[in-house]
Amino acid sequence: MAITGALLFLYVVAHALANLKIFFGPDALDGYGHWLRTLAQPAFGYGGLLWVARAVLLAALVLHVTAAAQLARRARKARPVGYAHRATVQGSYPARTMRWGGVLLLLFVVYHVLDITTGTLNPHGVPGEDYRNVVADFQRWPVVVAYTAAILALGLHLWHGVWSALQSLGSTLAARRAARIAALAASVSICAAFLSVPFAVLTGVLR
Amino acid sequence: MKLTLKVWRQPGPDAPGRLVGYPVDDLTPDMSFLELLDVLNQRLILAGEDPVAFDHDCREGICGACGVVVNGRPHGPQRATTACQLHLRAFRDGDTITVEPWRAGAFPIVRDLVVDRGALDRIVQAGGYVTAPTGSAPDAHAVPVPKADADTAFEAAACIGCGACVAACPNGSAMLFTAAKATHLGVLPQGQPERATRAESMLAAHDELGFGGCTNTGECTAACPKGIPLTTIARLNHDILRA
Ligand code: HEM
Ligand code: SF4
Ligand code: FES
Repeated sequence: MAITGALLFLYVVAHALANLKIFFGPDALDGYGHWLRTLAQPAFGYGGLLWVARAVLLAALVLHVTAAAQLARRARKARPVGYAHRATVQGSYPARTMRWGGVLLLLFVVYHVLDITTGTLNPHGVPGEDYRNVVADFQRWPVVVAYTAAILALGLHLWHGVWSALQSLGSTLAARRAARIAALAASVSICAAFLSVPFAVLTGVLR
Repeated sequence: MKLTLKVWRQPGPDAPGRLVGYPVDDLTPDMSFLELLDVLNQRLILAGEDPVAFDHDCREGICGACGVVVNGRPHGPQRATTACQLHLRAFRDGDTITVEPWRAGAFPIVRDLVVDRGALDRIVQAGGYVTAPTGSAPDAHAVPVPKADADTAFEAAACIGCGACVAACPNGSAMLFTAAKATHLGVLPQGQPERATRAESMLAAHDELGFGGCTNTGECTAACPKGIPLTTIARLNHDILRA
């Protein structure tokens, strides 16, 4: 769980940073998309390495979801009869949203790939014109609302996930104490980076 | 003071159970929660009914025998307090209170509110001890122990094995108990040699007994009458990684 999660986390960090290229204009973002496809081109061909990365990410995602399903199944077996009176959450809220929040994220990733990668659900939907595709998306407020909800779910998911992984893999006690704050700081920064794009489009900063 | 109890009644391990309502009056706020059950049982006996079975022994918060889920919270609403040390002033006159047994597949119900917590003993039997006979207690300063280690060991050793952590955990995990029982030995000199293997075999037993997997939700610490911290679990994970 922690290892596949860490891989997905690193991907999300790289993705959040790469998105900021949109503020440097269409050429920067579209050029970045093109550059991703030319990486190690002699060895893998055009877009070859991208497919390798996609395969690794997909494998990580499948293993991540499998591990989550196993944990959920164990939990159900460990408490076959539930409580009649369910108390309010005493521990951590982000921890309690991991399962349903994770399902939400999975649905978002499917939508996101259909929107941005294949262009199927995108109002512009021209491959290679990432800038125009993204701007066309976020000029519609329902897209921004759905997107914002997904990013906030991602933030909660990462907050607990990163902290919990550090608890499981943590080295020193001091590192574990710092982990809660580090995880929160990382999640807030990632949310801010992802959300800056739709709101820049909505407010007309990007057009 | 008057309270209405909704108590889980189940005549035997395989018999079906249900919540039964009992109004109880003439209570005082300084009665303990177990005394409330005593009062109820006196009346049930006088009326010729079966008393409610519940576990208890020391009634001073140190043995770990008592434990019922009160309004969804193991040992009731007060933090770091066992059910026997919980007083009725924690409730309001006229409240309706739901009383259920610990709910876990690994804790089969014996009767009413009594569950079999033998699974916790199995976890300790899997390695929660020091193998080599160490004789009688050594002189106080014969084995030097840093103060910080002594404090950590003592904090973990405060676990009374009540099982509230399991009852509270949404995953039905006994990780806090297991971590406490591994830590109170692991940080002391006598427990060092078997530290990693102890953690590993105790966790293996934990999983085999059907407890759920820990996802660091923190419900256990919130329910623990001895306030065993969540970092105890982090230390267990650390020991397991070293194994
Ligand atoms: C401001 C926020 C975001 C923007 C503007 C954005 C934009 C993009 C773009 C342009 C691509 C395609 C890159 C290319 O092929 O050239 C992409 C791919 C992808 N994004 Fe996002 N994205 C955002 C947030 C997210 C989030 C939060 C997630 C996941 C939790 C995510 C998951 C993915 C995945 C899995 C891909 C890869 C699809 C593939 O190439 O097969 N994205 N995104
Ligand atoms: S860790 Fe706390 S809640 Fe769990 S058995 Fe020990 S004393 Fe009870
Ligand atoms: S009866 Fe001993 S701890 Fe409550």
